[in-house]
Order: sequence, then C-alpha cells, then structure tokens
Amino acid sequence: MLTPDSETELAEVVRTTDGPLRIIGGGTRSVGRPVTGEALSVAGLSGVTLHEPGALTLVARAGTPVAEVEEVLAGAGQRLPFEPVDHRALLGTEGQPTLGGMVAANASGPRRVQAGACRDFLLGVRFVDGSGEVVKNGGRVMKNVTGYDLVKLMAGSWGTLGVLTEVSFKVLPRTAEVATLRLRGLSDDDAVRALTAGLGSPFEVTGAAHDPQAGETMLRIEGFADSVAYRAGRLGDVLAPFGEVEVERDPEHVRAAWRRVRDVEAFADRAGDVWRVSVKPSDGPELARRAGAEAVLYDWGGGLVWLLTPEGRDLRPRIDGLKGHATLVRAAEATRASIAPFPPEPAPVAALTTGLRRKFDPRGILNPGLMD
Amino acid sequence: MQMPEPNAAILSRKARIVERLRGVLSADAVIDEAHEVRAYECDALTAYKCPPLAAVLPSSTEEVAAVLRICHDEGVPVVPRGSGTSLAGGALPTADSVILGVARLNEVLETDYDNRFIRVQTGRTNLSVTGAVEENGFFYAPDPSSQLACAIAGNIAMNSGGAHCLKYGVTTNNLLGVTLVQMDGTVVELGGAHLDAGGLDLLGLACGSEGQLGVVTEATLRILRKPEGARPVLMGFSSNEVAGACVSDIIKAGVLPVAIEFMDRPCIVACEAFAHAGYPDCEALLIVEVEGSDAEIDEQLGLILQIARRHDPVELREAKDADEAGRIWLGRKSAFGAMGQINDYMCLDGTIPVSELPHVLRRIRELSEGYGLEVANVFHAGDGNMHPLILFNANEEGQLEKAEALGADILRLCVEVGGCLTGEHGVGIEKRDLMADQYAPADLEAQMRVKDVFDPKWLLNPAKVFPLDASAQRRAA
Repeated sequence: MLTPDSETELAEVVRTTDGPLRIIGGGTRSVGRPVTGEALSVAGLSGVTLHEPGALTLVARAGTPVAEVEEVLAGAGQRLPFEPVDHRALLGTEGQPTLGGMVAANASGPRRVQAGACRDFLLGVRFVDGSGEVVKNGGRVMKNVTGYDLVKLMAGSWGTLGVLTEVSFKVLPRTAEVATLRLRGLSDDDAVRALTAGLGSPFEVTGAAHDPQAGETMLRIEGFADSVAYRAGRLGDVLAPFGEVEVERDPEHVRAAWRRVRDVEAFADRAGDVWRVSVKPSDGPELARRAGAEAVLYDWGGGLVWLLTPEGRDLRPRIDGLKGHATLVRAAEATRASIAPFPPEPAPVAALTTGLRRKFDPRGILNPGLMD
Repeated sequence: MQMPEPNAAILSRKARIVERLRGVLSADAVIDEAHEVRAYECDALTAYKCPPLAAVLPSSTEEVAAVLRICHDEGVPVVPRGSGTSLAGGALPTADSVILGVARLNEVLETDYDNRFIRVQTGRTNLSVTGAVEENGFFYAPDPSSQLACAIAGNIAMNSGGAHCLKYGVTTNNLLGVTLVQMDGTVVELGGAHLDAGGLDLLGLACGSEGQLGVVTEATLRILRKPEGARPVLMGFSSNEVAGACVSDIIKAGVLPVAIEFMDRPCIVACEAFAHAGYPDCEALLIVEVEGSDAEIDEQLGLILQIARRHDPVELREAKDADEAGRIWLGRKSAFGAMGQINDYMCLDGTIPVSELPHVLRRIRELSEGYGLEVANVFHAGDGNMHPLILFNANEEGQLEKAEALGADILRLCVEVGGCLTGEHGVGIEKRDLMADQYAPADLEAQMRVKDVFDPKWLLNPAKVFPLDASAQRRAA
C-alpha cells in the first residue's frame, strides 16, 4: 500500500505511477464497481488545520477521522450539520471513516432533508488530479462564487476525478435540545403523508423517517429548550389526524433512534443486497411496492428509500419510469461487477461525465471504473 | 477593462446569420437594427458598453437549442442574458456576439407543495417565484437585492445569494434540477424533483458557471414553508471592531439568525440622509433578524441582546411591531439608492473570514485615504460577504480608473486574509483579471478544462471569468 504523508508526496506518487490506483480513506465505504489497482491510502494526511468557531468554519486534511473532527467541533458546541452516514455496520467494514471518504461519498444523513447535504456545507477542496497536479477550488468562506464550483463536482465523485487532500466546511451550532415525535402502525402511504405534513409546516422538522418493519414514523425537532417544546406541541397538532403522537425528549434515546435511521442499522445483520434510491417523496411508497423488497426504510420524508432485496437481482427494470436514481450500495463483488452500482446516465449526460473524467484523469488511473 | 477584438469575418456575415436566426424564431424575436440592439449593450455594470451583432428572444427550450445550433455552426459567440442586472458584466456583449435573452421564458410549469418544489422557466424573476407560492404559505429562499428584476437564469448562472443565506443557503443549495442547452444544441436534464446526484454532480457544476457551460431554460427550485414570523433588532456600536466582535460572539453562542447586516459610519450617514430611518449616530450598526413564533423570537433575541450588552452598545432597538421592523430595514434596504444619490459608486463583493472583519475594515480605510476616494461599507456580516461601495465621480477624468484600482486592491486584500474575490455577484469581466490573484495556473486550468468539455469551441460567453491571456488560445482555436 502506498502511504504518502504529505500532499507533495501524494502528488509525486500519482505523477510517477503507471498503474491504476485504488484510493482509500478509512476503507469503510466499499461501494461501486470493484477496482483493481495498487492501494493508495490518504490516512497519512491527517489533522484539523483550522477551526474558527466564530466564523463557523473548519478545515482539515482529507485523512482526518470523522470522529476526530466531530470531537473538535463538539468542544465548541458545533457539528457537521449534514449528519454523515457511517457505513461500517451496513457494509460490514472496519476502520475509521475519514473526512475525505465522507466527501467522496457525499455522505449525508437524515438532516439532509432540511439542512442540506455534505456537498452543501463543503466550502473548499484541495486535490491531486490524475496527472499529479495539485488543484484547489473554493476556499474557507461561506459565500464564494469565484470561478466554477469544482467543490460540488468533487463531492460524490468517489475518488474518480482526483485524490482529495484537504477539505473545508461550514459548520453549525449543535442544538441544545431534541425531540422525536412518533406515530405507530401507519401504512407507507399514510406515513409519507404524515411526514409531508410535518415538512410542509413552519416548525422546522430536521428528520422525517418511516420504518415499516418497526411500524414507526418519526419526525425530529431541534433547537433551544422552549422552542423545541413549543414546536413539538404545534407539530403534534399537525400530525394528530394520523394517529396518536408520542413525544420522546430523552436526548440519548432520540440520538440513538436517528443514528439507526442514518446508518440503516436495521439491514446490517440481514443478508441481501441493499439499494439506495432518491425520488421525490410522494413516489416513495409506489417505488417500494414495485421493488418487491424484503425490507424498506424511508428517510428524507419518503424521498430516500433504502431497500433490502434478494442477492443478485437488478432493481432498475422494476422501477423504470420513476424519476430519480438508484444506487446498489451493498452487494457481493460479483454482483457489483455485473449490475452497475451507480445509475446509468442518458447518453448526453454520460458524454459530459466521460469528458470530465478524461480531463481530470487523462490516464484513467484513479479508481478506474468505480462509477461506471 | 479589455474585451477581445470582434471577429471581422463574423461581422461581415451578419446578414446571413440574422437570416438563419429568423428561420427558426418568430419575426419579433430577432433584433438586429442598430438602434434596437443598443438596449442590450450593457447590464448593471454600466461603465462598459458594446452593442451586440443581434439579440434573440426565444420562447421555448427547442427555440433556444435551434438558435445555439445555428450559432455553433456559424462560429458565433453567444452571450446569455437573464434580466441584465449583473453587477459584474456577466451579460456584456461583444460586437460579434449574439445576445440570447430568456425574457420570454417566464411560465410556472409545475407547483408541488407536497414535494416542496416549483418548476419554472428561467426568465421568470426571482421575486415572482415566491409570488407564485406565497398564497399557500411558501417561499423561495435566495433573495438577491435585485430580486424584483433579476431572472432565475441569472441567479443560477451567478449562484446568487442574498441577505438571508446565513440560514437558507444560496442558489446552489436551493436548486434541485435544470434543463440545460449546450452550445451545440444538445439538451440535458440535470437533477429533478429528487435530492442529490446519482453520478457526478453536474448540476452543482452548472450552477455558478456564469453562462459558460450552457443556457438554462427550466429550473426545479426548492420551496420552503414560511416561518411563523420574523423580527429584527438594531444595535449601534462605538467602533467597527466592537461590532465585529459582537457578530462573532452571537455566532459562537449557538444562535443562527437569518440575517446579520453590518453598516459602517459613512453608510449610516448616507442612508439616514436619504431614508430618514432614524438610525443612531454611531460608528457601526448591526441589524440582526431571527425567525419563529413570537415566543421563539423572544427566546433568541433575549440571548442576542444579552450578548450585545456585553459590548457596550450605543443603542439597542427591538422592533415592537411590523412598522418598527420596517423602519429598521428601511435604511439598509435603501443603502444603494442612498449612495447613488450622492455619488457614482462601484459595489464590490469580496468575502472574508468573519474573524478578519476589524482588520479588513481598518485596511480599507487606509486604502481609501491613500486613493482619496470615500468607501462606505454595507455587508452580510454573518457570512463575511462584504459590499464596500467606492464613491467616485464618473464625469471626472480618470476617476473610474482610480476607483477600479482601489477596488482591485480591496479585493486582493480579501484574498490575502483567506477570503475570495466574489461572494455572490460573480466574476464576469469585472474580476476576470484578478482571478490569478486567487488561483494558481493549475487551478484555472482545471476550471477551463470543464468548459472544454461542455463547450469545446469556447463560444458561450467566452471572454468572461478567466483572464483574457489565460483563455486566449482556447478562444482562438
């Protein structure tokens, strides 16, 4: 394994290598087509380089563990607002998730529906492109429209356009109090209607999930104490037509419940492939009906649907016609070699994607084929 | 500000090009008479003007594609134009270019409250998007100052912000999908009513690309439920430093106001003279606005006022009702008008780390004295997006150049302290030649390669964003 411990060294490695490289942060997100190539670890580029609580900004090297960043932020009463997924339980991987891997996967959790995704809070990147050239884009300020936004392009590019070396974020205050409002025993259709009513209310719902197996529909509220109490009450009125509303205020219980949603823990110990589908929320239940899945979990008000399906079965023909995108997140290597894990693109979009890859990685050596 | 020499071969083929455009558009949608094309000779950066070869006003995505195919075929540069409110010269034509205006594309195509989005044609103005959904209690969050006039197409091209983006983000954070027509007429759909990209985030790349990657004809925008209420508080301080420290303390305390606006003395004086908003006589003024129910607002403002009192404010004024809230915002909202009354002004748009605020304001004062030109500061303090207004007299020989030189020095200062050249206005032609101050050649090369992919012949808005010498070879090819 190649283990550079500086950006300069990493650039040198990429510049002088012949063969394909398999880029690794913490090695916890084994998603996409299997890649063959020499392993290149970014873990050596580690550490928070700047945290300015008064400016809501954090800059860190790409190999920094997410846990370390969360601890630094917690010390100042702040957090990464997009609630990054930890894929370890679901994918059965070990190791420390890193900031670079999180960005490369655009890993965002339940709060994405209200606050935004990882890509929305990413302010700047430094990366080494496929020619070994160091490139920077964006910066460390919240508003920046200077030139093209390669920051968004790098988020979710799974190491196929460049190897991230440093990333900067807008962070937000950690909220003082949380509450979960819970409804039980709703059908998928009614559950999505209830979530829709909550998200369409002025009460700032920061999580909206439905677990049909557990028979639980949950909405989350966060903020200062009085405000949470007030909004929980008002939101309860909005949800009353759907059934009896339980309010959970114990912070540990609330956090654990949303972590289970975030990391799709319900599927962790069950055999089968796992698909992650993004659609407009009202299409969620129809998607689940067509999928014929063994288990379903709805997040983002119904717009993010996690599906547990029999091994080796292609979901896409069944959901043809529904707009959005489906990614095969967990499957055996053989399945990921035969069914495209990332959604196939229409020809003109695919032409742009291919064109960009050729420009950023002319030799095709960075995680080649991972997103094909 | 230099623009490339027009291509004489294109100028000589004007009649043929116009005839071909007339072949795909209705008669009144192709404008080529000298006195008529003058309406398109500049945008809101009025110091620079050049009438285009022609202007076209297509009425559908298909017509946009047809126009672009013809211009691609003829090798004619195309300058896309929303409402022409760019302060950066983003829609400035060259004599050999065709202006493609989206003004006739202004329909609402779909409104979906359950899924919280609206799909519009992009010639629609920013404010009228909110106008289309507010009866049902929803709004579109990005609110640039020009929102009454500016088009969604331009908002997407420049990734526009506004006063309330500390809480709601800028255009890119509220844009779900676009229909984008490439220079060769290819139509692509990026994103949609769902969240996030399945593959590479081309939507994120297109937003803020200043009309250089494609022409956006339709957009799916996220709409939000309006908060129950909002209330501003006004605070006066004895120095910029103290006001800056107060901003930082508010943010550190865990409150997230929707807006924190900052005005310095020259700006306060001008606004007061113009709008009579009743602002206190002080060095620096903050307007902080929070949202929620009455009780929630009380809770947040209580904390904010407690922090402010620690900084010995000259004045603290909480709005008791809508009328008082309106008066607090009145001066801020008329700041640009107030400046325009007393002088010509140039509005800058750099962003700095909030912690550098006192230092940067001090340096701006020194630079301003050095140049002998007054600078008034009004800006979004919560996110560090500054709008220094350089006051000058355009009728006096050499003053524009002097103001531009001062502006360039201020923007370099923003970059030097860890910020950037433009927070929400875009690069256009205005900051084009300063790009090398923020980005190394490899950084600019990576961006220009993106344009190579979307527009290999470099015909879409070609003389913008990148320093002319950096893009010269590509434009000539």
